[in-house]
Amino acid sequence: MTFNLKMILVVGALALSACTNPNGLGTGGDGPAVGKGTGTGILPGSVNDPTSVAYFQQVVGDRVLFTVDQSSLSPQGRVVLDGQATWLLTNTDFTAVIEGHADEQGTTAYNLALGARRADAARSYLVSKGVASNRLKVVSYGKERPIEVCSDEACYSKNRRAVTVLAGGLTG
Amino acid sequence: MILRVLIACAVMLVTVSVTPVRAESVTPVPKEPLRIVIDEGVIEPLPFATPDFVPENAGSAKMGADLARVVAADLQGSGLFREIPNSAVISQVSDFGAPVQYADWKAINAEALVVGAVNVSGGNLTVKFRLYDVFSGAELGSGLQFQSTTDGWRRLAHKVADAVYSRITGESGYFDSRVVYVSQSGPKDKRKKRLAIMDYDGANVKYLTDSRAIVLAPRFSPNGDRVLYTSYETGFPRIYVLEVGSVQRRVLESAEGVMSFAPRFSPNGQTVVYSQASGSNTDLFTMDISSGRTQRLTSAPSIETAPSYSPDGTQIVFESDRSGAPQLYVMPANGGEARRISFGEGRYGTPVWSPRGDLVAFTKQSKGRFHIGVMRLDGKEERLLTASFLDEAPTWSPNGRVIMFHRETQGASGSSTLYSVDITGRNLRSVRTPEGGSEPSWSPLQK
Repeated sequence: MTFNLKMILVVGALALSACTNPNGLGTGGDGPAVGKGTGTGILPGSVNDPTSVAYFQQVVGDRVLFTVDQSSLSPQGRVVLDGQATWLLTNTDFTAVIEGHADEQGTTAYNLALGARRADAARSYLVSKGVASNRLKVVSYGKERPIEVCSDEACYSKNRRAVTVLAGGLTG
Repeated sequence: MILRVLIACAVMLVTVSVTPVRAESVTPVPKEPLRIVIDEGVIEPLPFATPDFVPENAGSAKMGADLARVVAADLQGSGLFREIPNSAVISQVSDFGAPVQYADWKAINAEALVVGAVNVSGGNLTVKFRLYDVFSGAELGSGLQFQSTTDGWRRLAHKVADAVYSRITGESGYFDSRVVYVSQSGPKDKRKKRLAIMDYDGANVKYLTDSRAIVLAPRFSPNGDRVLYTSYETGFPRIYVLEVGSVQRRVLESAEGVMSFAPRFSPNGQTVVYSQASGSNTDLFTMDISSGRTQRLTSAPSIETAPSYSPDGTQIVFESDRSGAPQLYVMPANGGEARRISFGEGRYGTPVWSPRGDLVAFTKQSKGRFHIGVMRLDGKEERLLTASFLDEAPTWSPNGRVIMFHRETQGASGSSTLYSVDITGRNLRSVRTPEGGSEPSWSPLQK
C-alpha cells in the first residue's frame, strides 16, 4: 500500500465519521484540509491533492442548491454534478451519501419528503453520468440540519441543498 | 364501584382507585344546576374557590395545600374557570363533613366550591372531594374518594379537577393525561433532540431517549402504552415503537435504501400508517405491527405524508402536493380515491383528526406566517386559531377541546416552545418545559 493510498483511506475514514456525527452533517467546506503543500510538492489529502476529500468539497463542489419548494437542478447545479461525476468515476474507492435538506419554511414531514426529492435529483443525475448506483445512498434531513441559521432568504437559499458526502475505503 | 388500573410509566408506578364518598346528608337537587356550555361564543369564566384540602391526620397539611393548588391551576388553565384567591375567603373549611356556609361563599361570588380532604399515611395517599353549587345551595354530584401512592399525588389532583370540569361542562376533562414530545436544546444548526414525556401541564418530565440521534414526531398509541417515533439511529430515518413502561424500543421493519417517517397508530393500536420515501417519491403505507406486513396506500408521483386516522379507523386524512402545493385530502383507510378538503389560500399540512371525529386540526402557511387551524371534514368553517413566524404540529386534548402545538421563534437564536389553545382560538398558553419543546402528542385520558 502506498503512502498516498493510506492518506486517502484516513481522509475517507474522517469523512465517514463526520457522517455519523450529528453535529457535523453537511457542513462541508471545513473538510480535513491537512495543510497547504509546501514548495512545489502536493501534500496528500490537502485541497491541492485532486484525489482528496478536501479537493472534492472545495474545488469540485460538494453541493447543489435549489429554489423554494423545487427539486429540479439548475444549470449551475448540473455543472457541479458533472464535476462530481467525473471525480467519482476517477476515484472509484469512494462511495457517497447524498443528503437532501430544506429550509425552515414548511412542516417537518413535508420537508423530509422534499429533502428526499432533492437528494434523489442529485443522485439520479450522477447515475445518468455513469456513476454506479450502488455507490450512492440518499438521506433526507428535512429542516433538521440548516447550515445557516438566520430566518431570511440569504440563509434559506444556502439551506435548500443536496450535499454529496464522501465515504472512503470502498470494498477495495 | 371500584376502579383499579395499573398505570406504568418510565419511573413511577401509580395505582389510582376511585370510590364514592357516602353522603353525609341528603342534599336538595338544585333547580338550575351550575353549567358551562362550552359552545357559547363568549365565555365568562366561572368563579370558583378551592380552599386547601383539609388534613385528616398530622403531616397532611402541606399535601392538602399542594393538591388544592394543582386543582385550581387545572381549572383556571382551562380558561373556563376563574379562581377566587384565598385572601378573599371569609369561611375557613376545617372539617370535610361540616355543613357548607353558603352565605360566606356567596358573599365573595364563588359560584362553585371544591372542598377536599387528604390523608397521607406511610406511602399512601387518600383524597376525598365534594363539589358544591353555591348559589343553588347544594352539592353537585356526589363525593368521590381517590387513592394512590404519594408519588401519584398530582394525578389525584388532576382527577379531582377532571371530575369538577366534567360535572360543570357536561364533557369529559383532559387534566389526567400526558404528553410525549421532542425536547430540544442547542442552536438551530446543532440542535439536540430527545424524546420526553410529561404530565399535560409540564410536570414530571422524563426523558425516553438520549440525544445522540435526531428523533422526530412521537405519537401515542390509543391507550397511551406505546409511542411511535422516527429516529436517525442508523443514519437514516426509520420508525421505532417504544414501550412507555419499560422504555424498550424496537425498529419497525423497513427495506434497505428507503426512509420511513410520520407514523401514527390506527385507533385499535394494531396498525401504523406512515410515509416512506423511495427515490424521489414519498407515499403512504400501513404496517401491521405484530406481523410486519405492509400495504401501499398511494402511488402518485407527488408527496403524500402526515397521515392521521379517523377515530373509527375507516378513513385517513393526509397531506399531498398532487395539486402543486401541499393540501389536505381524505381517503379510505385501505387506500383508494382521495377527496381534497382544503381549498383556502396557502399551504396546508400536518392534519390531525379530532377525537370527536368532527374536525381536523392542521398547520397552515400563508403569506409568510404559520397558523394552527381547524376545519370540518368537508373543508368548511375553517378557523385559524393562532398566527406567528412558525406554528406547527397540532395535537388534540383527549376531549377535543384544546390543541397543543409548538411555536418556533425567528432568527439565529430561535427556539421552540410548546403552547396550547382552545379550539375557539381563546386561551393561548405556553406549556413550560425544562428545555425547548416541539411536536407534542397528547395521550388519552388516563384510567
